[in-house]
Amino acid sequence: MTIRLSRPACLIALAAALSAATAVWAQDAPPFQSETKARQGLMQMNALNIAILGKMAKGEMPYDAAQAKAAADALAGVYALDLPMLWPAGSDNGAVKGTNALPAIWAEGSDIGAKVEGWGKAVAAMQTAAPESLDSLKAAMEPLGGACGSCHKAFRASSG
Amino acid sequence: MRRFLTFLLVLGVAGLAIFWFLTMPNRLPADAMAGLTGDPAKGEQLFWMGGCSSCHAAADATDAAKLQLGGGQEFPSQFGTFIAPNISPDRDQGIGAWSSLDLANAMLRGVAPDGHNFYPAFPYTSFAHASTQDVADLYAYLMTLPPVTTPSQPAKVGFPFNIRRGIGLWKMLYMPKDWVLTGDLTPAEERGRQIVEGLGHCGECHTPRDAIGGMKRGAWLGGGPLPVGKGSFPNITTGKLDWSEKDIVEYLTTGFTPDYDSAGGHMALVVQNMAHLPESDRAAIAAYLKKVPPVK
Repeated sequence: MTIRLSRPACLIALAAALSAATAVWAQDAPPFQSETKARQGLMQMNALNIAILGKMAKGEMPYDAAQAKAAADALAGVYALDLPMLWPAGSDNGAVKGTNALPAIWAEGSDIGAKVEGWGKAVAAMQTAAPESLDSLKAAMEPLGGACGSCHKAFRASSG
Repeated sequence: MRRFLTFLLVLGVAGLAIFWFLTMPNRLPADAMAGLTGDPAKGEQLFWMGGCSSCHAAADATDAAKLQLGGGQEFPSQFGTFIAPNISPDRDQGIGAWSSLDLANAMLRGVAPDGHNFYPAFPYTSFAHASTQDVADLYAYLMTLPPVTTPSQPAKVGFPFNIRRGIGLWKMLYMPKDWVLTGDLTPAEERGRQIVEGLGHCGECHTPRDAIGGMKRGAWLGGGPLPVGKGSFPNITTGKLDWSEKDIVEYLTTGFTPDYDSAGGHMALVVQNMAHLPESDRAAIAAYLKKVPPVK
């Protein structure tokens, strides 16, 4: 026995199938996309500002106290944001495609807070050091890099 | 038939005898450290150059905890899991009862005080380039560190790799006979070679390995897969790495790449260690890397 459907019934069935597929697709849309994009954007912005300081330190760009200060202030601006908002629990590299954030960020006993605070301190030191002199800027690069690295070591999957 | 069996038996015994002879612990002469006085300040520099604490302290150690060398970090590989031992100066659990000659035999020959061979997860294939004076300095520094009472754990390694005697044969194949980079070098390049090929042991990760775990020195620093899991160690020859010497120095000082991303993984620890060295040493590493034959 075969089931014969009239043309309207066919269309309704097709529409139902399509909407079911869309619903499934919508459910499967990866979570935390906005948060991931936003935090990666902030990291990119940090990189641009650190590039200004780094190029001055390396002698690839003339030292300019005002420009150095502006770059350090921009980093402080990022630090002042509500960062936990962009790192909601569960938005790790197991759940979200395209992120290298490790579940360790949210694990029991995670010291992410202390590490981010350490970065904030390194940024504050750079705000003071950057407009002072090229030498003090150079000296502040190492703790700044160390603060970035200590978080990336503990909480970012190696992409290599 | 009986003659043939006897022949086989004789062959087997002879083979065992040769194996036994070839794999005898290859120690330094007993007077190798005679007359040497260690300088702990120099030893501290060598400690950071060698990255001792990155493996022998706890994985997440920072600041003073990096000087607690109780071991325990695990290093999985296709041969099994190696576990860093306690090398703190505790007399019972660490190396507090060792002489400087014991440390020299460990680092330069890969031989423990009781004569057994260390697994080459302990990078003596690079440390062998250090001098006995280096070992004396490092010994003097290590003995100033706090004793830790955590017992060392045995490696989780199966047959045949658990026959330590066999490592003697492995060493015959893979202990360095000379520097990898030879020829005319500037003093900076020579210093860089001493660090990269020696105590810095950069090649241990950045050089690909063959089926039995020996470094393929023909593709020196050419990168290769991680021992387990996905991912790879990058090729740091000019065949791949187009960073300037300044970029390399900056990376080894602050961890920032030329794109101002920052070092992650184990390399973040290496950067922290390298930051303890004078800038001239980091510049020497950069000069050396520029001289290494490119690997594509």
